[in-house]
Amino acid sequence: MPLVTILFAIVAMFIVIQNMPGDPVETLAAEISRTENLEMELAYAKAKSVLNYDPDVPVVQRLIGYLGGILRGNLGDSLAYRKPVLSLVLGALPWTLLVLSVSLTLSFTVGVVAGLFIAWKRKRWMNALLNLWQSIFGSVPDYIIAYLLIFLFAVTLGWLPARGPYSATVTPGFNLAFIGSVMRHAILPVLAYFLTTVANWTIGMRANALGSLGEDYVAYARARGLSQRRILIHYVGRNSILPMITSLAISFGFMFGGSPLIENLFLYPGVGYYLNQAIARRDYPLMQGMYFIMIVVVVLSGVLAEKLYTVLNPRLRER
Amino acid sequence: MKNARNGRFAGVKAFFSVIWRNPMSRMGFLILLAFLLMAVLGPVVIPDLKSDYAHRLQPPSAQHWLGTDLAGKDTLLQLILGSRDVLLVAAYAGLFAVLIAAAIGIVAGLQGGIVDRVLMLFTDVVLTMPSFPVTMILSMVIRITDPLVFGLVLGLWSWAGLAKAIRSQVLTLKHREFIEASRIMGISKINIILYDVLPNLVSYIAVNFISIMKGAITSSVGLMILGLVPFQGNHWGVMIQVAISQTGALMGSASMVYFLAPVACLMLFQLGCYFFASGLDEALNPRLRS
Repeated sequence: MPLVTILFAIVAMFIVIQNMPGDPVETLAAEISRTENLEMELAYAKAKSVLNYDPDVPVVQRLIGYLGGILRGNLGDSLAYRKPVLSLVLGALPWTLLVLSVSLTLSFTVGVVAGLFIAWKRKRWMNALLNLWQSIFGSVPDYIIAYLLIFLFAVTLGWLPARGPYSATVTPGFNLAFIGSVMRHAILPVLAYFLTTVANWTIGMRANALGSLGEDYVAYARARGLSQRRILIHYVGRNSILPMITSLAISFGFMFGGSPLIENLFLYPGVGYYLNQAIARRDYPLMQGMYFIMIVVVVLSGVLAEKLYTVLNPRLRER
Repeated sequence: MKNARNGRFAGVKAFFSVIWRNPMSRMGFLILLAFLLMAVLGPVVIPDLKSDYAHRLQPPSAQHWLGTDLAGKDTLLQLILGSRDVLLVAAYAGLFAVLIAAAIGIVAGLQGGIVDRVLMLFTDVVLTMPSFPVTMILSMVIRITDPLVFGLVLGLWSWAGLAKAIRSQVLTLKHREFIEASRIMGISKINIILYDVLPNLVSYIAVNFISIMKGAITSSVGLMILGLVPFQGNHWGVMIQVAISQTGALMGSASMVYFLAPVACLMLFQLGCYFFASGLDEALNPRLRS
């Protein structure tokens, strides 16, 4: 089933992208004929061979060629970067995964703990604070938060870098300076995601935990004289986290979808950044490649969440 | 027949009284109403703004409450004028999304079988592809010229979740007595959908309409910031984009007001949507009522 979804999604995207206005071959041909003083027809043929892309071939044939290429691990060549798309994809993916996984883990953990705590304490002011937080950060798009973060921490205070994945002074590799720089550069993007998503997890967890707290097994555990801590973590916590595992994949997909804006803002060379570049430069192969990896990662995250759910749910484990 | 129509009006009245009784949805309703009035009346009252380069990028003053932009236009007036397109784009997006979702969800739920499976496969595929990037591409394929087309582009990829939810609602409705009764009485499928199924989904769809609108506004401004929508007209997204790309608002210049004003409006509008939708949800869903 996941493979079918991926296949359909790729085909759909391929067809849509092929219907985009603006012909890259014509653009390049015009450039060649201008710079090399060639006749338009010759320039067009040359552009075709340079780009390895022929708009005269029927779409179906191009699609089959593309799908065959994917199976062989060939995503074509980027028109703008003059590099194999696959190498660009593999270069971009780690950056996006780094920021997304750190922020998702962080907001999920904080949200779960805070939600459990609020449900357990049942304090009015905590609920009010949570609602206020959600009202504010739930209504401002994450990219606006990111702008404000840049303005506050990078421009005004000058504490944190706002551009790029690491500073130009360090050499990439396994050394402390590089890792430190990467971490410092990741703080603001992570914060932008974290601030806007953490309240969702807290609210979800609070609702689930309130439900579990009313269950008979919790009353029974109390009657058995189990410690408060044990009840909260093993009885209430575990049962309340379970339904949220499936939302992890949805949330991940949603954050992935928002990456073009956030990464563009921080000039963070991830999947979203390159997708944006590809669209701006009409680079079809790169566009398709970035979509391809996006869909694959989102589908895989769904599969992973399902696996995680079965592992954590003892009722499903026996089978 | 007349009786039935009266009944429907009574339903609308009850709907609004439910909204009014819940403090959250009342507040959201008031905020949205204020924006609606702004959008309807603003362009009628305010004349077209003229550029005044002698007074560009001014800080707030008695004459220009929120200062001026880089062409010397009054920021506050631009905000008011912009609200019409913001609302129109969002409402069209919500409308298209709800129409597609209702059509697919109801047909899949009632028909079942192979139709259901094909439609749900389609829905799952749409759901898998992150909507913002797809909307980015769609905005290149479809030339966005006016709010209607913009709304269509935004709505095209935001119906899938709602379609699935409507389908499962229909599945639970399907075997309730009153629908079984209609079916046994030989009432046509169209009539069952219009008179038995839809009225039961209206409140649910209303809540989702608002949340889709909220999402559409986020995406529409996002697309504008990326410069993908050659949208001529007044829209807060255009203001934010200009503020960021052309006035260096983020570098701490005087034009910060020009950046923050549309952001604040955006936030207030989103807040109105959020309050209205969650209050509505709470008011209409007896299980959530505290």
